[in-house]
Amino acid sequence: MQSNQSKWSRITHAPLFMPIVCLIAVLVLNVIQTPTFFKISINNGVLYGYLIDIINRGSELVILAVGMTLVTAASGGQDISVGAVMAVAAAICCQLLTGGQKTSSTLAMPIIVAAIIGILVAGLCGAFNGFLVANLHIQPMVATLILFTAGRGIAQLVTKGQITYERAPSYKVLGGYIGKCPVPTPIFVAIITVIVMQLILKKTALGLYVESVGINGSASRLVGLNSTMLKFITYVICGLLAGLAGIVASSRIYSADANNIGLNLEMDAILAVALGGNNLGGGKFNMMGSIIGAYTIQALTTSLYAMNVSADQLPVYKAIVVVIIVVIQSPVFRDKIANASKKRKAVA
Amino acid sequence: MEDVILEMKNISKTFPGVKALSNVDFALRKGEIHALMGENGAGKSTLIKVLTGVYDLEGGSITMAGKNIVNHSPEDAQKNGISTVYQEVNLCPNLTVGENLFIGREPRKGLFIDWNAVNKRSKKLLDDLNIEANPKKLLGDCSIAVQQMIAIARAVDQNCKVLILDEPTSSLDDDEVAKLFTLMRKLRDNGVGIIFVTHFLEQVYEVCDRITVLRNGELVGSYEASELPRVQLVAKMMGKNFDDLADIKSGHENKVDMNSTPVIDARGIGHTGTIHPFDLAVHKGEVIGLTGLLGAGRSEMVRAIYGADKADSGQLYVNGKKVKINKPLDAMMLGMGYLPEDRKKDGIIADLSVRENIIIALQAKKGMFHLMSRKEMDEAADKFIDLLQIKTASRETPIKSLSGGNQQKVIIARWLLTNPDYLILDEPTRGIDVGTKTEIQKLVLDLADQGKAITFISSEIEEMLRTCSRMAVLRDGYKVGELSGDQLNQADIMKTIAGSENGGSENAK
Repeated sequence: MQSNQSKWSRITHAPLFMPIVCLIAVLVLNVIQTPTFFKISINNGVLYGYLIDIINRGSELVILAVGMTLVTAASGGQDISVGAVMAVAAAICCQLLTGGQKTSSTLAMPIIVAAIIGILVAGLCGAFNGFLVANLHIQPMVATLILFTAGRGIAQLVTKGQITYERAPSYKVLGGYIGKCPVPTPIFVAIITVIVMQLILKKTALGLYVESVGINGSASRLVGLNSTMLKFITYVICGLLAGLAGIVASSRIYSADANNIGLNLEMDAILAVALGGNNLGGGKFNMMGSIIGAYTIQALTTSLYAMNVSADQLPVYKAIVVVIIVVIQSPVFRDKIANASKKRKAVA
Repeated sequence: MEDVILEMKNISKTFPGVKALSNVDFALRKGEIHALMGENGAGKSTLIKVLTGVYDLEGGSITMAGKNIVNHSPEDAQKNGISTVYQEVNLCPNLTVGENLFIGREPRKGLFIDWNAVNKRSKKLLDDLNIEANPKKLLGDCSIAVQQMIAIARAVDQNCKVLILDEPTSSLDDDEVAKLFTLMRKLRDNGVGIIFVTHFLEQVYEVCDRITVLRNGELVGSYEASELPRVQLVAKMMGKNFDDLADIKSGHENKVDMNSTPVIDARGIGHTGTIHPFDLAVHKGEVIGLTGLLGAGRSEMVRAIYGADKADSGQLYVNGKKVKINKPLDAMMLGMGYLPEDRKKDGIIADLSVRENIIIALQAKKGMFHLMSRKEMDEAADKFIDLLQIKTASRETPIKSLSGGNQQKVIIARWLLTNPDYLILDEPTRGIDVGTKTEIQKLVLDLADQGKAITFISSEIEEMLRTCSRMAVLRDGYKVGELSGDQLNQADIMKTIAGSENGGSENAK
């Protein structure tokens, strides 16, 4: 009994316990509402079903959450410009592909080149944020507010105020399907991003450095870490990933819509980091937590649509569920639960 | 025991993996100053935290004036008449002294705060306790000592019957300590029971009536201070008979070759605003002490050498080679290590594990792309946990849950792992129990024997005399002298610190 209890408490105190519980809760809710929720079928040669939809649609959010986790850990603040930066990357990529035209069905240059340029420009946006935060010590929220507001304007300038359409079929691959592969491409992009980031964290000291700087910058400096550089790097990574997410999003609709690509996605990304059990004040982080958090949010969004909640009302329902999840994860609530179960034991 | 005001019986407390307190009894009489003594990790802080409701009571009972009480929070404790003043004052530096005294219970005139009454009552309260402070002054402008006394005054004015002082003297100089003691005696005479937690033996005997000793979470005993000789107190705290501290220097011959090329040779190094240009040479196998009053520039001197504050004048030679240090990493690459003065702020990385705290400096030297393998890390951590006898539940325990002395050992381990030629130890023994202090002093001498050059800073002159073979004296940001050999005695050091009649800041060399 004793060992059972301690095993149980070890499980409940594991960092990923609550994020996984929340994800499962959302999924269970879905099954009750829609019994066919887990059903996956093959229509027209591609996988089809709610679950696939969630994993597919959640790809951009996962990519953003990876970058947001690093920024949060290192600087104790969030990058709220990622949604706008997505739009910038999409705008540049599409404009390059159409050769400056509003609409085109041919490619003015190889997709890979245009995409890389778009992503690099997004990285430049990240570098701008990073410079403001790391070198000038501006609060992250304020520093990234600049591109949050200006980013979409820049994207509009690039697209000359219009939606740019790139109708060449090959541009739809990234947001659609590769040849006859039944699995949507964005899923691969998200998985590869996560794997690459995990490899970086496993093979380099970046994770340890970032945590160290986020916990105690002054002590980190004295042990030889360059906290300015490290913070800067996390913002650049965050920018690059936002660019990647932007291009995936643009490929889904084979166009660059400066007003709508990545709209409000920065808030979902921050929420994903929080749902993953990460402290928004910086320090230790849990990348897998953020990723689970991202899928939880996407599951929530998708299931609300499935329940015929309209897009305008969606935020209200989302907010209610988020409040519940955040309260359940709060330390105060956890202590209450722990105490209650202790008391029950004492009575028995 | 007719006057017992507070009684704790059979107090137990367990943390995951550690039994922090087991069946500890503690009784405090009315109008006494009662020292709570023990090494780091003996359970003093835990006992205090159980008493004040920071931790929940797991086993045992607390009675106050015969009544059973349960505190769930420090506020509960305060309502029951138990107040705590910590080493770090928990008041608001941006408010005035008067505001701090009455915050949360301001005298009111209708809807508004009656500022006149605040100031008048503050003045009376401070006068009654002989605290020299102006109620209208900003608290942040007062010295730490005065801030502490104001925290005490605030506690006393809230009908406190039991006052807990947790290491209040760690950051005070002798004069301030004396003033604090006067205040404590006055409160004792007013019938307040005071629990005094400290590491300074002298202070215990100066001010305390009784002493309770804890060791490894268990009660060793309670004694009248007058009946417990100093040596025995130390023996009880450490649980073994304990040779005089002075012995540690024997067996360490001084083999410093003063004619060799110095490991560190600073010529005219200075940092505007903190330390005036100074010369300092440190040789292989030498322990050089820096002494001077608080704020004389001891830490600033080593910070300028290490690059924590970039030197803006002078030239540094390492092993005879001219070098330029722009940041701490440069110094580390040249074989330096620096244990900073403020352990909490500059030393520990609180949320990281003991293992990560130990390897972080070596990892930083190796660079981001050469991550140490998990096996290397584990081995390094285990080696030093064993070597320095760091008391921790495991190497994955966050460093913040270790006691102060063990945290300090982790920081020392961090630097030893980088195998430095030159090690700077800035107040490594502050706020640490006697046993660990001795261990650290021994370690310093051992390291010197192994050929490392060491700079050692401590506020305790005796400690420096025991460890250093040469001492540099600082005053007001100037290096004013160097002492060695026969000059290394308390009287000469004091004289140099105080300065000669004709004064000045001559650079004696």
